[in-house]
Amino acid sequence: MVEWQPVILSIKVASISVLFVFFLGVLSANVMRSTDIPGKAALESLFTLPLVLPPVVIGFLLLILVGKQGPVGILLTKYFDMQIIFTQSAAVLAGTVVSFPLMYQSTKAAFEGIDKTLEDAARTLGASEWRVFWTVTMPLSWPGLVSGLVLSFARTLGEFGATIMIAGNIPGKTQTIPLAIYFATESNDLITAGMYVIIISVITFSIIFGLNHWKGKNITLH
Amino acid sequence: MLTVDIKKKLSDFTLNISFTAPNKTIVLFGPSGCGKTTILRCIAGLLKPDEGSIVSNDTVFYSSTKTIHLPPKKRNVSYMFQDFALFPHMNVKHNIWYGVKTPSQEANELYEKLITLLKIEHLPHRSISQLSGGEKQRVAMARALMAEPQILLLDEPLSALDAQSRYELQDELKRLQEIWNIPFVLVTHSPEEAQAIGSEVLFLHQGQQVSEPPPSWNMNANGKPTRSSFQYFY
Repeated sequence: MVEWQPVILSIKVASISVLFVFFLGVLSANVMRSTDIPGKAALESLFTLPLVLPPVVIGFLLLILVGKQGPVGILLTKYFDMQIIFTQSAAVLAGTVVSFPLMYQSTKAAFEGIDKTLEDAARTLGASEWRVFWTVTMPLSWPGLVSGLVLSFARTLGEFGATIMIAGNIPGKTQTIPLAIYFATESNDLITAGMYVIIISVITFSIIFGLNHWKGKNITLH
Repeated sequence: MLTVDIKKKLSDFTLNISFTAPNKTIVLFGPSGCGKTTILRCIAGLLKPDEGSIVSNDTVFYSSTKTIHLPPKKRNVSYMFQDFALFPHMNVKHNIWYGVKTPSQEANELYEKLITLLKIEHLPHRSISQLSGGEKQRVAMARALMAEPQILLLDEPLSALDAQSRYELQDELKRLQEIWNIPFVLVTHSPEEAQAIGSEVLFLHQGQQVSEPPPSWNMNANGKPTRSSFQYFY
């Protein structure tokens, strides 16, 4: 029997994660390209780490960080009387961290692809760096940013390892589609698992297809 | 009046240039890679010289002794790039208005005057990709002047154009300079362009101004170089 809650929760978690990922990705890519801070190469590697580490490792590290006894967890409890472990916020956090490198890399590539002369032209026409960014850099990077957003959304939708480590599998509360598939399969309920597989495949296919269509059917995501 | 006296170490040589540009068209002439564009970028504030000073009227753009380096937005210097650098995501009108800080009646009048002078009244709603090379040049010129600059820098402004457009626009550049009456600093490696447009020509070689033309340079009656003068560089 297919419950729609995991589907709705997955879409909700992916949508909220994508909002965070968008701001974090754009901010980091812009800071990294416009400043020459020491340790930039190390920071760059750190930003890419969630892409290459197994998600369960990311989950473990997040658990150490935001768990009840973790430094962030202690602060959250002390000052805001809240804990995020085993909540939907934890699922959002997991989704944000694992999909961040995709957004960061897409944004970075999009920024690097802009003709720097256009930004210089805006500067010589009296524009502040803020105006250059919003009127030249961002509009010209938009296709790359949309690719990053779509990939991040799809990645968060399929997130399993880090999510189960910090959000758990609480049906009706933190159970997302991948978790529902895993536990339905484990209970030998292959029909339910299969239905979820079809649903997530259709959603993911639709957004990638939509993106490619939007880009004029010329660009294929790899 | 623009006064430039700067040094900047480049990969192959040190740029060391000193000149004064009155409200005329000054041409920086020299072969590719001699530092012409670097000079323009330093004046615009897109590059920082190693030492020296750049002063426009009473405004110090750069001074190594006073540790002043004004950002481009505070210099009021328009820069026409070699490939025009028009914003591809904006139409012609939005491009031209980009440098206007606050829209006003005066700005409207200036806009109308510019599009009439440059014969681009029919283009405002066109996208940049629909323009020919000559039209792009005119739009870039309108955008640069719409910002009401104290100085206009032009980097090889005619090099991307066909012979006919180049010929027409040379005259327009001269006419616009006379109307605006601000220093136009123009970079070129074309002898014809230097001759046709420049009120004064500064010869550059490996980042240095060659102040005394060698005897092999032939000057015409107006003190301007003839084509054979430029063979020195090639």
